[in-house]
Amino acid sequence: MKSLERHLRALRETGVKALVPYFMAGVTTDWVRHVEAAIAGGANAVEIGVPFSDPMMDGIVIQEAGLRSLANGTTLDSLCAEVAGLALGVPLIAMSYYNVFHHYGLAASARRLADSGIDGAIVPDLSPEEAEPWRDACHSVDVATVFLVAPSTPSERVTRIATMSEGFVYASARMAVTGRASDLGAAPRVVAAVREATDLPTFVGIGITTPEQAREAAQVADGVIVGSALVRTILDGASPADTEALVNSFRRALD
Amino acid sequence: MAEDTVYMSTPDEFGRFGEFGGRFVPEALMPACLELEDAFLDAWSDREFLAEYRSVLADFAGRPTPITPLARLSERLGISVYAKREDLAHTGSHKINNVVGQTLLTVRMGKSRVIAETGAGQHGVATATAAARLGLACTIFMGEVDTKRQELNVFRMELLGATVVPVTSGSRTLKDAVNEAMREWVTCVEDTHYCLGSVMGPHPFPWMVREMQSIIGHEAARQLRDVRVGTPDYVVACVGGGSNAAGVFAGFANSSAQLIGVEAAGGAAVGHGSPGVLHGMRSLIMQDEFGQIEEAHSISAGLDYPGIGPEHAHLAASGRARYVEVGDEVIIDALRTLSELEGIIPALESAHAVAWLIREAGREIPLGSTVLLNMSGRGDKDVAQVLSILRSGS
Repeated sequence: MKSLERHLRALRETGVKALVPYFMAGVTTDWVRHVEAAIAGGANAVEIGVPFSDPMMDGIVIQEAGLRSLANGTTLDSLCAEVAGLALGVPLIAMSYYNVFHHYGLAASARRLADSGIDGAIVPDLSPEEAEPWRDACHSVDVATVFLVAPSTPSERVTRIATMSEGFVYASARMAVTGRASDLGAAPRVVAAVREATDLPTFVGIGITTPEQAREAAQVADGVIVGSALVRTILDGASPADTEALVNSFRRALD
Repeated sequence: MAEDTVYMSTPDEFGRFGEFGGRFVPEALMPACLELEDAFLDAWSDREFLAEYRSVLADFAGRPTPITPLARLSERLGISVYAKREDLAHTGSHKINNVVGQTLLTVRMGKSRVIAETGAGQHGVATATAAARLGLACTIFMGEVDTKRQELNVFRMELLGATVVPVTSGSRTLKDAVNEAMREWVTCVEDTHYCLGSVMGPHPFPWMVREMQSIIGHEAARQLRDVRVGTPDYVVACVGGGSNAAGVFAGFANSSAQLIGVEAAGGAAVGHGSPGVLHGMRSLIMQDEFGQIEEAHSISAGLDYPGIGPEHAHLAASGRARYVEVGDEVIIDALRTLSELEGIIPALESAHAVAWLIREAGREIPLGSTVLLNMSGRGDKDVAQVLSILRSGS
């Protein structure tokens, strides 16, 4: 069992619902302060966006953050250097598109993540069918590969994905790219399907915009992922203190 | 190459051609790709479907397109050049072959809407045309930069009943239009088919689009036999994503003909790319040292794509086809030469293949060789651009 999974299972046993905010690495010079603020505000793990020029699964907010980050010169190496050595006390999960790792070298990327204290990776355009080389690369360095289940995923595929996913299963609340939404969409149904297939922790993401939605999602799932809602405020100039307050509002809704 | 190798047959179960291809898409789209693969396999072995496809291509799209001996160009170059006239197909290019097939498949899958990306607008116009014929709703994603460069094509699509969405993300050109179409598809995959315009994207698109374009090569092989030319020494086609080249190569892949794909120097994925993953496929991609996708730059919007279809990457790797490049600076001359000598104004894309012939006849192409040139599209869409280039004297 990978460290990420051990950590998240232990968290679930304490009865705490996991709050996993997402931040785009390098979007501002003080982005690491936002990560620290989020942890102070009650985050249980942090998803770190690695910018890519063509983010097919992301809505306009994350797209804008990624382009800004690239314009700032962010690379896999530069963001790993920034997080390495931080004593954050919660797991970090990198989220990027496959080409970034493919180009860097699968084994080299996996090792780079691991050496920087990153425990897992979410690669939304890496289908289970194509994932073997990446999983092999991650195997020896204790980096967990998290897979997504979509509302459109038929039940036999849910089983296959749940078997392959490590750390947790990312349950997509809706048929949409990342961004704000007004309700929970298909989240309860998707989570129920995943629960049939595995006892891995299951987190809901995509469209979780408000603390109230997070609370609702956490009634069925083990945790929630909040991305665009936080990234939007950072793009608009939020300070780390603002981020801490916003994350804390989600924390209070979950507890 | 091994003698018993069969080229351009079916990809493996993962949709791979050698080390290229595959299916790299968000999970939300995987079921749709699997459904499409099944639907295509089923339709492509169904005589009734094939009969309907062929009859629409004949009665609506104007197939078969002729083969024209280019007598004066041949005399000038000292080689025998035959043009496969996809420029005479309905909507002005080979794009119609693919969209006729995919829109029939859309109906067969019980879907009521198509979406598509377009660069210069040729695939968008073709998709809007085929959709109108079948009463399908149609939305075309086009980079905002391209909507301004190709205003008339935007209006053509609107006349045909399509909605054109200007894409304002990223570089606002073709690659971003593909991203946006994929993002849209995630939200509406239940009732919408993504009518991809080239031999690219996730499996089964590269294979399916090649199959739907292979009529170009099969027709041409038969036509050349009929006029006792037989197998040409060279088959030459321009390559952006590579659908017209894949279509014409398919008729000659297992013959003695040399297959030549001509890339635009500013969009040469074989010439300047490296293995990467973009838009659902592993192929040769133009990218920087960090794996960020580079923008292509070509005089022709249709070749302005930083990748190439995975089967082309495989044909290049295996040595079965060769990919060469020509720069923007020789394209206008090639277009004028063909216009003046043959009375055919080629699309700027097709002019790349003409330019390579002009450059290499008597050099790489031995004098006396026989060449099949795929005239993928007509130049009507480009005359305003050509006029402004000539007027500005550049």
